[in-house]
Amino acid sequence: MSGRAEHRSRGPLIVVPAAIWLILFFTLPLLIVVAISFAERGRAGGVRLPLVFTLEYYQRLVDPLYLGIFWSSVRIALVVTLACVLVGYPMALFISRVAPRRRNAMLLLVIIPFWTNFLVRTYALKLLLSAEGVVNNLLLGAGLVEAPLDLLFNNFAVVLGLVYGYFPFAVLPMYASIEKFDMTLVEAATDLGANLRRAFLRIMLPLTAPGIIASVILVFVPVVGAFITPDIMGGGKVEMIGTLINRQFGVARNWPFGSAMSLALMLMVVVGVIYYLRSSQESERLI
Amino acid sequence: MSAGTAVRIRRGSFSLRLGRAALGANAWLALAFLYLPILVLIFFSFNDSRSVARWTGFSVEWYLRLLDNEPLLRAARNSLLIAFVSTLASTAMGTLTALGMDRYRFRLRTSFDAILYLPIVIPEIVLGISLLLFFNLAFFPLLEALLQVRLTLGLPTITIAHIAFDIPFVYVIVRARLVGFDRTLEQAAQDLGANEWRTFWRITFPLLLPGILGGALLAFTLSLDDFLVTAFTAGTASPTMPLYIYSLVRRGVTPEINALSTVLLVASMGLIVVSLVLQRRR
Repeated sequence: MSGRAEHRSRGPLIVVPAAIWLILFFTLPLLIVVAISFAERGRAGGVRLPLVFTLEYYQRLVDPLYLGIFWSSVRIALVVTLACVLVGYPMALFISRVAPRRRNAMLLLVIIPFWTNFLVRTYALKLLLSAEGVVNNLLLGAGLVEAPLDLLFNNFAVVLGLVYGYFPFAVLPMYASIEKFDMTLVEAATDLGANLRRAFLRIMLPLTAPGIIASVILVFVPVVGAFITPDIMGGGKVEMIGTLINRQFGVARNWPFGSAMSLALMLMVVVGVIYYLRSSQESERLI
Repeated sequence: MSAGTAVRIRRGSFSLRLGRAALGANAWLALAFLYLPILVLIFFSFNDSRSVARWTGFSVEWYLRLLDNEPLLRAARNSLLIAFVSTLASTAMGTLTALGMDRYRFRLRTSFDAILYLPIVIPEIVLGISLLLFFNLAFFPLLEALLQVRLTLGLPTITIAHIAFDIPFVYVIVRARLVGFDRTLEQAAQDLGANEWRTFWRITFPLLLPGILGGALLAFTLSLDDFLVTAFTAGTASPTMPLYIYSLVRRGVTPEINALSTVLLVASMGLIVVSLVLQRRR
């Protein structure tokens, strides 16, 4: 009996290693970012020590130049998310309707990109679109263009790269929702006189909405703060929040400004996710 | 009236068929979009000229060149070492945490739960810069003051960072495995005289093993593939594979990168097969 009681009091100690690790190497670093975002920049870059309080970098955040980059990142993320959902939803629907064997094969094809290196996949797309790449080679060979087209290093290339990178993440949650959805409900609606469009909008869409919302979060969150894709597909010509933050810790050496930007990005993302968690019931959640 | 209904039904089934065809076309086109670039990449890794768009003949030259590329091999060794160490550490800590959070109620439990999920949600670049600032402004100065050792960014700091972002993923996967876990099996073992230690290794651990292995596999892949957090915690002396690939990819497209990418793709396929085998056993 006393052994039981002792067990109960000692039991929670098994979470201590992870707790220490995450407090030390996750929570504390975030608090340091908060502190640095309110500090003055050092004369040779970095941060001035000891820390001197200033609000300068938060004021700079609302400068139209930086506000513009924030807004254009959000816009790119919205376009990418919309494209992923508009292509992914019908794809998920199709996968859920084919014969089991083919269904598993198609699901595997959607899952494989999860396990492959993101840089490698981005490179594969860059390869296709580059001046000496296959697309330009075909166009030149067919005599359709005189000189290679600039398919890379613009907004279109970045959006395409992001859709390419995150599309698989959009399909799976929507598939999980659609697969659970009872198709006879649509039949019932059409039997009762609704046309297919109405049955879809009034029955299927609301009931599979949790999957769509999960997909939106899974795509929007990483895309709005993306670095690799705008860097590689944009070639320095397309600015997003991620590339801007990276520059503050690279060549610009402005740690306080980079910290303030990171916090703004994090706040935007975390508030969105918390809103989702609050507004959805636990049973409906897919992520 | 009845003729009208018949027409409507026929039109309905026609548009249904059309809809089905459109659904199929959309799905297969999307898959083509996903895989065409990868297939082109693999194809031209076997080209015998430097062109990545015009086929001139078969060769494995680019693969042979990888073998005497010293920086590449060093980066590969670094990546594997970091991935192994961080997988072991994060799997142990993540599993224990999943058990602890599943079975016990304690103070600050909800706050800890939030800390466990937050690293999954916040943008990777924020994790990266926070660790860069932490190591440079707090961790290194503190170690120097306390122990008189001077450290810089390198393999140990990358590993520390990878363990931190791996723990939540292992935790989530093992915790999911604990849902529906039949605790009467453990009680039965203890009623039959097994002590706690023995009960854990003979009952709990084998039942959780698929979840633990799944978590470990995910941690290993995440660590092996990570670019952003690694870039901020690596310093200059010890590049990993993704850092090395990034430096090449920024410079342009070459058949060497194609060959290297193909090797990595094949390695990921191996990991997928392992994960499928694990799932089958579940």
